[in-house]
Amino acid sequence: MKARAFSYFRATTIDQALEAHARARDDARFIAGGQSLVPALSLRLQAPRLLIDITHIEELRGVRREGGTLRIGALTRHCEMLSEPLIAEFAPLLHAAAPFVAHPAIRNRGTFGGSVALADPASEFPAMTLALDAEIEIAGPSGRRRVKADDFFIDLFETALQPGELITAIHVPLFKADQRFAFDELARRRGDYALVGCGIMATCTGDRVDDIRISFFSVGNTPTRVRGAENTLLGARLDAERIAAAQGVLEGDLAPPDSDEVPPAMRLHLARVLLGRLLGRLGEGA
Amino acid sequence: MSTPLTSLDRPNSYIGRSVPRPNAKRLLAGRGRYVSDLKLPRMLHAAFLRSPHAHAKIGSINTEPARGVEGVHLVATGEDLAKLCTPWTGTLDHFKGMTSAPQWPLPLDRVVWAGQAVVAVVAESRAIAEDALELIEIDYEDLPVVVDIDSARVAGGPLVNPGSANNTCFRSQLDSGTVDDAFAHAAHVVEEEFTFGRHTAVTLEPRAIVADYDPAAGALIVHHATQTPYQFQDLYSRHYGIPEARVRVIATDIGGSFGMKLHVYHEDMAVVGLSILLGRPVKFVADRMESFVSDIHARDHRVRARMALDAKGEILAMDVLDLTAIGAFSTYPRTSVVEGNQVIRLIGAPYRFRNYRATLEVIFQNKVQTSQYRAVGHPIACAVTERLMDMAASKIGLDPFAIRAQNVIPDDAYPQTSPTGYRFEALSHQACLKRLHEIMDYDGLRAEQADLRKRGIYRGIGIAAFVEITNPSPAFYGVGGARISSQDGAILSLTPSGEVRCMISVTEQGQGTEAIISQIVADQLGVAQEHVKVITGDTEVTPHGGATWACRGAGIGGETALQATRALKRNILEIAALILQEQPSALDIIDGEVVDAATRKPRLPIAEIARIAYFRSDTLPPGTQAQLTVSHHFAPQGYPFAFTNGIQGCVLDVDVETGLVKLLKHFIVEDCGRVINPMLVDEQLRGGIVQGLGAALFEECRYSDTGQLMNGSLADYLVPMPMEMPDIVIAHVETPTADTVLGAKGVGEAGTAAASACVLNAVNDALAPFDATINSMPITPAKVLKALKRL
Ligand SMILES: Cc1cc2nc3c(=O)[nH]c(=O)nc-3n(C[C@H](O)[C@H](O)[C@H](O)COP(=O)(O)OP(=O)(O)OC[C@H]3O[C@@H](n4cnc5c(N)ncnc54)[C@H](O)[C@@H]3O)c2cc1C
Repeated sequence: MKARAFSYFRATTIDQALEAHARARDDARFIAGGQSLVPALSLRLQAPRLLIDITHIEELRGVRREGGTLRIGALTRHCEMLSEPLIAEFAPLLHAAAPFVAHPAIRNRGTFGGSVALADPASEFPAMTLALDAEIEIAGPSGRRRVKADDFFIDLFETALQPGELITAIHVPLFKADQRFAFDELARRRGDYALVGCGIMATCTGDRVDDIRISFFSVGNTPTRVRGAENTLLGARLDAERIAAAQGVLEGDLAPPDSDEVPPAMRLHLARVLLGRLLGRLGEGA
Repeated sequence: MSTPLTSLDRPNSYIGRSVPRPNAKRLLAGRGRYVSDLKLPRMLHAAFLRSPHAHAKIGSINTEPARGVEGVHLVATGEDLAKLCTPWTGTLDHFKGMTSAPQWPLPLDRVVWAGQAVVAVVAESRAIAEDALELIEIDYEDLPVVVDIDSARVAGGPLVNPGSANNTCFRSQLDSGTVDDAFAHAAHVVEEEFTFGRHTAVTLEPRAIVADYDPAAGALIVHHATQTPYQFQDLYSRHYGIPEARVRVIATDIGGSFGMKLHVYHEDMAVVGLSILLGRPVKFVADRMESFVSDIHARDHRVRARMALDAKGEILAMDVLDLTAIGAFSTYPRTSVVEGNQVIRLIGAPYRFRNYRATLEVIFQNKVQTSQYRAVGHPIACAVTERLMDMAASKIGLDPFAIRAQNVIPDDAYPQTSPTGYRFEALSHQACLKRLHEIMDYDGLRAEQADLRKRGIYRGIGIAAFVEITNPSPAFYGVGGARISSQDGAILSLTPSGEVRCMISVTEQGQGTEAIISQIVADQLGVAQEHVKVITGDTEVTPHGGATWACRGAGIGGETALQATRALKRNILEIAALILQEQPSALDIIDGEVVDAATRKPRLPIAEIARIAYFRSDTLPPGTQAQLTVSHHFAPQGYPFAFTNGIQGCVLDVDVETGLVKLLKHFIVEDCGRVINPMLVDEQLRGGIVQGLGAALFEECRYSDTGQLMNGSLADYLVPMPMEMPDIVIAHVETPTADTVLGAKGVGEAGTAAASACVLNAVNDALAPFDATINSMPITPAKVLKALKRL
């Protein structure tokens, strides 16, 4: 299939992009890496009148430290998650997740901002913003604001972004010496959207868990924190018994949808297996 | 370092040598010319509106708004094209009693699968044509949908073809020996029901066609990404009433085919009609979504089979029921029953038992057609046979190698006729089994497996023997009335500069046909391979022949080239003898030079012979007419098929918590007779194995209970990818056929034939400690977890 005809505008500032969107009376789409939008256009699932290219907006680029956080520009590409030393050092969970996002050709173009804005529930990065307790920096017609990842993902492909709003950056708390992380996913082929995936950030004193954020993807309409399992682990040691307890409460945290190939019970089973393996790894990292 | 000289060290010895494909560099450099790339002056683009219903009556069609779109040249329905094109029926006479409904380019009153093309729009661009499609309105009236095999067989249930008695397309039975008696007296009986998912070819380049009708000349040129240009020349000529000599089909570079591109597709037939209606070239390239719902699918079998054995593990009998669902029509012109027919005839093929009974039932349903795709029927026959062998082995307490060694037809016992009527000239199961055991380090693998189990790692080891059908004679299609040739033709010329041009009817889809033909010509004539140019795939240029399917290119096309080259060599030496005043028998050709046959002393370059013959014929003795162009046709005689054989092995781990299977290593020992180019043979085996591994673990066209394809995109339909593929170790045994001078048999389907059976056996081997078995492919994590009772 071929896309319907559309107009194209290349913005070089945030204001230009926002104005163009408003002028098109919101019958417009920002395009970043295009790795999700272009297929949607080609399949005629979306047919906006105007595409606003945001990839030439300098302000959306770059990775730098800002106080206690790492500011990761919205245009940071998936491949840069692998190559950028600041990310490897201060946001190692993103570095660990990146090789699982699609394939090199797609990682060369796809952007962090685009992935978070799209909020595909099977995507790695949106779920990792939850595990990282990240903040999404947004620019829109009514000014700038920041939204906690916990408040950002609302429903299937629905986020706190209002029409015409742009993600400018994502702020991630700097990784600290007393923290541990783990990431993995189960997929039939490397690079596919996972059957189930999970990222964990934990803060520990010795081998006692002081704080833990466990975020799953491919388990429902949004990336999902499993607070029941988190609570089970708070203040505890990551031993076999505690891990089994966390696996045991997962059922209350997750309600996987039915799909023709992966029944809910199977997804839940896989989530338990994956959680057990990741917590085991975290425990060994003590 | 010096190694002993072999026959390959003779000058121009190319048969048996790994020389690169002459066209590989061109294709890698992006210089390929695919139909998808073609742009002709005044060319228009077709797009099709497809049925969203699996079965429905077509009511009114409103095309008016679409006709009004700027840039649209034509909107055509089934009725418009039926005025030009006669219908076709996918039956063959030798499949007694088979039925199928007539087909038109676009349907007249009923749609029979979701995705069937209903209305065509031709416009200045594909995008404009798609804009217009959005404006077409069709009133459909839903009809009951026949989806799965069981509901299709319910008496009095919904019918795919109203008016017919049932949904049966074809039924066939084989019965030889005394099957009931053998089962009654068997020490052991093993039995299982197997299911095989539908899958499809997923070629890198989708189907592509440009039809270019010239009303002034009354002539049709079709640029068609197909394996079989001659077949399509014949079909376009007969169904559109254009004399054969005025239909030209050109098959240039093709991005993969695997059997998928040798069938008649409704859109392709329609595009020819659209070009006739418009008097302009019309292009259609199926996009990936269209490919999934309109390319042929394959497999989709359910087989119940049992095997009787004596106390020592000798097979006594097999009894098989194969049910297969093929979609709403049997495919034209090769039908959709060949797969089932080959399943029931290939089951048990490596083994020497005599009592065999099989029933085949081919059933219509509301899905896209199935038909011949790489290794037609083989993977099913192989998986059924080889799984039963393993079940028997474990029941009797034999090792999988031991039970096979005991039952294969011995290498010195040929010729043999199988209980299903196949005649085997010479196979090498024993040699292959022995070699596989060595290259796998089987005993080492078993020891390692036992160790790993103690640590909770479930490794599986599987093997599967197979027989492959290659080099078909007219017994395959010709006897059934299909105008599909089993012979090939070649025209060979010595050019004025002393080089060679070979125009041959076998075609190239990336497998290296042109490479091996040039090897054979160079070898047989005695010239350097780079001085041989091979031309394929243009019905106006190359002689009529079968082209490429059923692993016939090397065996039949290769022999054609060999015979043609020998004829040309005779003619060249005749002229040389006149010039040199020698007997032709005293001369030979080496490296482009006529030499003294006994001393190999150079006498005259063949370029000089060409110069004299073409430009100074006055210097030749009076009455001499040099024939430096020869033509030759070759049809296989002797055995109706050249059967090949081999055995595969694989090693994998099953993650018993997640159900995921990790392939670790794959092995094949294969006997395709004379190996012309080891590198290309190995490429064929690797590619074939990868497709078989796809069938084993990943590929399946999944349908909803309303007949909608659920996973018709590359995001959801899983093809095998490099990260999941294991290393593949290859070894050869060579048993040339005596039916030809060349001795080559086919190899293109051998890899696919047994790879999935190997994985099935290995997964079951891994699961053995759990009393869990798998009998269905693809082997998904869900199936493994279910077998392990973890779901
Ligand atoms: C074959 C294939 C496999 C893939 N596999 C995976 C995978 O395994 N895991 C995974 O996570 N992803 C996968 N993807 C998706 C890929 O990661 C996308 O690149 C990503 O989801 C979107 O990023 P993008 O920059 O390409 O966004 P685009 O496609 O340009 O845009 C996507 C959407 O986000 C909006 N948008 C983009 N940037 C912004 C912004 N800064 N502010 C507001 N809105 C914005 C656009 O308007 C659009 O609606 C795959 C893609 C392909 C083609």
